[in-house]
Amino acid sequence: MSSSIKISIENLNLWYDKKQILHNISMDIFQNQITAFIGSSGCGKSTLLRSINRMNELIEECRIEGSVTIDGKNIYDKDVDEVGVRQRVGMVFQQPNPFPKSIYDNVAYAAKVHGIVKKGKECDELVETCLKKVFLWDEVKDILKEQATSLSGGQQQRLCIARTIAINPDIILMDEPTSALDPISGGHIEELIVSLKEEFHIIIVTHNLKQAQRIADHVAFFDSGHLIEYAPSNILFNTPQKRQTENYLRGIE
Amino acid sequence: MKHPFDSAQLKKRQRKSMLFKSTALLMVALALLFLVVFLFNIASKGYSAFTQSYIYVTVDFSKIKNNPRVAIERQHRRVISNTWIRNLPNLIKENPSLKNETKKLWALANSEADQYIKGHDNKLKSKDKALIERLKKENRIKRKFNTILFTHGDSQMPENSGFFSAIKGTIMTIIITMLVGFPIGVMTAIYLQEFAKDNRIKQFIEININNLAAVPSILFGLLGLAIFINFLGMPRASALVGGLTLGIMILPIIIVTAQSALRSVPDSIRQAGFAMGLTRWQVVRGFVLPLAMPGILTGSIISLAQAIGETAPLLLLGMITFMPDAPTLVTDATTVMSAQIYTWSSMPQNGYIERTSAAILILLGVMVTLNLLAITLRSRFKKRFNL
Repeated sequence: MSSSIKISIENLNLWYDKKQILHNISMDIFQNQITAFIGSSGCGKSTLLRSINRMNELIEECRIEGSVTIDGKNIYDKDVDEVGVRQRVGMVFQQPNPFPKSIYDNVAYAAKVHGIVKKGKECDELVETCLKKVFLWDEVKDILKEQATSLSGGQQQRLCIARTIAINPDIILMDEPTSALDPISGGHIEELIVSLKEEFHIIIVTHNLKQAQRIADHVAFFDSGHLIEYAPSNILFNTPQKRQTENYLRGIE
Repeated sequence: MKHPFDSAQLKKRQRKSMLFKSTALLMVALALLFLVVFLFNIASKGYSAFTQSYIYVTVDFSKIKNNPRVAIERQHRRVISNTWIRNLPNLIKENPSLKNETKKLWALANSEADQYIKGHDNKLKSKDKALIERLKKENRIKRKFNTILFTHGDSQMPENSGFFSAIKGTIMTIIITMLVGFPIGVMTAIYLQEFAKDNRIKQFIEININNLAAVPSILFGLLGLAIFINFLGMPRASALVGGLTLGIMILPIIIVTAQSALRSVPDSIRQAGFAMGLTRWQVVRGFVLPLAMPGILTGSIISLAQAIGETAPLLLLGMITFMPDAPTLVTDATTVMSAQIYTWSSMPQNGYIERTSAAILILLGVMVTLNLLAITLRSRFKKRFNL
């Protein structure tokens, strides 16, 4: 597998108000791989994830130092608009949060706003392709005009992934995408994530170690805002180098 | 304790629960009783104003030279409306062939006779009362639906006074109120809730808006008088000035309710929008505003109803005066429904009593209609977004 660098995080420090959440994080994230962030609750892994598409800036007390370079450009440079960053770095949340619109519009809305497709046949095709990619098409093709909220949780989450890939991002960030779902729906999402790996660079935050082991190529372990260990999946899970990682994997404090 | 699921303490807890429930029920019943008594009182006083008495009299048009009164039999003159008699020469103008004719016409009864016919308090002399009784026997008295109430403005003669200019004035004023209050209020709320940084200045502004909502409405009348009439030189007592003043008065209420409606939109929707690379305005326009719309509409309609019923600030703008003509432009002097009710309620003639109550009924009718409109709008929005 090729290991060219997609995202390069350097000396990232992050504060909420006066509390430091992330301490000097530096790591490279590789192309066309699934990278998983693991660690206990409050260790900063979700915060780091949200630093990659500048979602942290929606929180006013947040202050960031350091750089996140994607394709050779630091996204925190002054001449970068965070809206443009988010267009290329999509995000899927823990709780499925479809827009309060129809299933069709959920996929089509942002794509139309960004001018990726025009209204009409072009748009219909995009909706169909995206829903097929997330294995939702057969379930919803007859109810496209119905409210997205009428779908089940697992279907809603797949719809959220479909709308994210509809705006054709490079990178997809996933913040515990299966933790609010039952195991069967979660399994479907996992399969889906693996199938998207060819097209997108995926970073996933998960509490489920088994899940990380199943789908991730690289795994990063965080503790209290520090990056403890970052290694290919089989190495981290089988022969962890740090005591803290080993303890966490075995379930000891 | 007779069985394992019973205890003295449980009985006590249940008694407390029952006590609360029955007290609350009593309060609801009391509130309903007040409402029913109020409505019954108004309706029983006001319903008779929706009809008006007419008397069948002979009019000798040939006698009209200077004084139209002579066209009518002397004894009838005292029970017929003076305004109706004064209008007789106009009938000739419209139809010159009447000039030398003698015709039988249904003449508008004057207020005292009308009140007597309806069985209300009146100042009719006993010989006129006898006359009415005689006319009644001859079937020369009838009560017709009162169109005057809906087509005429105010008048010094109760039988000839109507609510029309007040209704029209209210509609014109309220349209201006909404044109001012709704867009400014909603935009301010959107800015404060969705765009503004949460700092000292924003908090200071919000506190002041909340305080403004509690300012007595008459102060807004003073503000309107000082700014719109004295400083900007807008026409006194006009729908324009009234509408602008009421618009400013309801601004804080619209802002506060719209802000809380926006605040109740789950943040996950915004996050989803931002994560899709949408700008703040696209997120607000596309998702937040549609979801908040039912709440915003509810707040706006409540404040609109308040504006319709408002009287105090209009007093200072000169709108509570005798206003016989309906306005055609927003700059014309006008009165509004609440002001007309206030004017009529202070008139000495008996004829105004029922008209005051009827006016209140019409005002209530307009408000109920508006509320129904709001509820329909809201449920349509809710259905659209499947809330």
